Amino acid sequence: MNRILVPIMALLAAVGLAVSAWGIFVVTPMEQTLYYSQKIFYWHVPNATMLFVAVFVCGIASLVYLKKRDARWDDIALASGELAVVFGAIVLATGSIWARAAWGHWWVWETRLVTSLLLWLIMVGVVLVRRFAGTGAERLAAGLAVFGMVDVPLIYVGVKQGDLHPQAKVVQTLDTGMRLTFWLSMATFLFLFVALLLTRIQTARAERQLRELHERGLDAGLLES
Amino acid sequence: MTSSKISITGSRTSAGAAAGRTTAGVPLLRHAAAVAWKDLRVELRSREIVYTTGFFAVLLVVVFSFAFTREPSAVAGVTPGMLWVAVAFAGTVGLGRAFDREREGDTMRALLLSPAPRLAVFFGKATAIAALVLAVAALVAPLLALLLQAPLFEEPLPLVVCLVLGSVGFALVGTVFAAMLLRVRSRDVLLPVVLYPILVPMFIAGTKATAALVAARPDVAAAWYWIQFLGVYDALFFGISLWTFESLVIE
Amino acid sequence: MGLDRVSCSGLAKRYGHQRALGGVDLELRRGSLTALLGPNGAGKTTLLGILSTLIRPTGGRVHYHDGSAVRDADDRLRREIGVLAHASLCYGELTGAENLRFFAGLYDVGPARVDELLDQVGLDERARERPARTYSRGMMQRLALARALLARPSLLLLDEPFTGLDRSGAAALGASLAGAKAGGAMVLVVTHDLEAISALADHVVVLRRGLIAHEARRPEAVAHADGGYRYDELKDLYHRFAD
Repeated sequence: MNRILVPIMALLAAVGLAVSAWGIFVVTPMEQTLYYSQKIFYWHVPNATMLFVAVFVCGIASLVYLKKRDARWDDIALASGELAVVFGAIVLATGSIWARAAWGHWWVWETRLVTSLLLWLIMVGVVLVRRFAGTGAERLAAGLAVFGMVDVPLIYVGVKQGDLHPQAKVVQTLDTGMRLTFWLSMATFLFLFVALLLTRIQTARAERQLRELHERGLDAGLLES
Repeated sequence: MTSSKISITGSRTSAGAAAGRTTAGVPLLRHAAAVAWKDLRVELRSREIVYTTGFFAVLLVVVFSFAFTREPSAVAGVTPGMLWVAVAFAGTVGLGRAFDREREGDTMRALLLSPAPRLAVFFGKATAIAALVLAVAALVAPLLALLLQAPLFEEPLPLVVCLVLGSVGFALVGTVFAAMLLRVRSRDVLLPVVLYPILVPMFIAGTKATAALVAARPDVAAAWYWIQFLGVYDALFFGISLWTFESLVIE
Repeated sequence: MGLDRVSCSGLAKRYGHQRALGGVDLELRRGSLTALLGPNGAGKTTLLGILSTLIRPTGGRVHYHDGSAVRDADDRLRREIGVLAHASLCYGELTGAENLRFFAGLYDVGPARVDELLDQVGLDERARERPARTYSRGMMQRLALARALLARPSLLLLDEPFTGLDRSGAAALGASLAGAKAGGAMVLVVTHDLEAISALADHVVVLRRGLIAHEARRPEAVAHADGGYRYDELKDLYHRFAD
């Protein structure tokens, strides 16, 4: 199934990137205050959405892994955890550029940005734990991912209500010209996310199976360690 | 502390049953109390954690006072932060030390091997940690009020509820993570690294509530909003800890 | 009513990239003492961990038999399992007696049993009331054994219990194990000390790289009359299959 799905997703993502690039720069009207820099919004928001999706996929896969201890769920948790870090980095980078353009600073304490930062920090922790915790690292990373997932609504509400450094909020009112391109961009990054996720899961699974085969070979005396 | 645990547990047994575990209420609480009491007794013998953590908290407050206050008017701004950072740092140190005790002699393994429900081990340890963190808060808050003339006790009831809920939240998440990291290398560094991001909403709520109470005109309504937030935080993590604790400590 | 048989089929445990156990079939019977031998890293401690319910296997299952029934691996099952590990499993800050009383509470065992065990393992009055961290290795081992025996377990698991014991300590431990075996318990001992376990073990399992390299069992009649495998027999088995 992956053999057809991944190339299709990748192809759709590629097409989507091309079409949405055209859409962003040619079709959509220019926003009157920020001009070109507003267009980063078409990348920033979809990536932020994918960050959230990755965090939830990781959290749920981790929960199932903890309960069932089936390594296939750990593969999914591993892949989505890494993707969350990647997409999170893009969110923070694009958000930073946007902040610079809109407010003149490289960082603002805007709700979505702060939430993304915290989520990114948690997911970096998940990846670090997997790397450096030694034996049983998958279990620990899973625990952190689950707690991180539960934390998401709390972080969002807390940061929003907390209004840490009141800034002019950027209200995105989309008129129809922008809306279509926006959703196209969203779909593009969704396809990209799925393609990357499936590929990474496959790689993790292949690594695991290779190791198991190696051990079977050693056991049978066919291989020398 | 144990009584507030009972009332929370009372309304949560449905969640516990829904999670598929038959926790017969009485043995669970009995064993949890035994574990918590054992921790308390061991601590009272040497008083090591209380002294060192308490002193660390005091030092933090003094250092912060130098670092963050330039003029009296800045006090209201920095007091909430100082209070919660001191509680968090000292709490983490105490948490680490408390679980260190279970590593000598590998007694955590002994607890998990016993017929006591694993959740009883969780509750017992979390109760002990909550008591420790509250003790630190009880030390730091009056000290701050004294050193900085901060009107922390203007509205004592909301402040106390806020600190209690914050301690419980810290204890719940901290106990799970410390137990998880018990046999891991670099656990001393990893514990704060994994713990603090999860605790951020609690810090936000705690500092916001404290700030509302310390302000020139205390906004008690705002404080209660954040206290409710803390309650939701505690409830959510109580539930998820109940559900995942055993899977996390069994290899 | 305790356990009378423990059977494992296809038991496997993988830690991320490492395989600790690769498919182990094993049966423990009541009144029998099993010596689990093997080089370091063979998976002996992992196997013990799985049997004690502290480690969840990634493959295979353990069945705890009670007559014709199979017990669920729940909280109550752990009452039937006693563990003596390399670590003391006791609190250094508490006295010997306090340690036992604390665990007696967790195992639902009465205070009389605590005193009985302290007498049985030979911890005198003064030692009982001293903090456990002041104990010598031999005394600590005796306390740990008392802790393991609190609820009269039908499955007794010991991980390198003879390490660091002098001759008399080893002899005393051996006598306790013989007693447990005679009382109908299933005893599993992981050890490198072949001499200490000789004459006690009537079932020998040699583990290597996570798999059983060899298994030998004395027929029941012979096991009860003869005692266990002799030292030279154990040494021979070890050298043939573990190296």
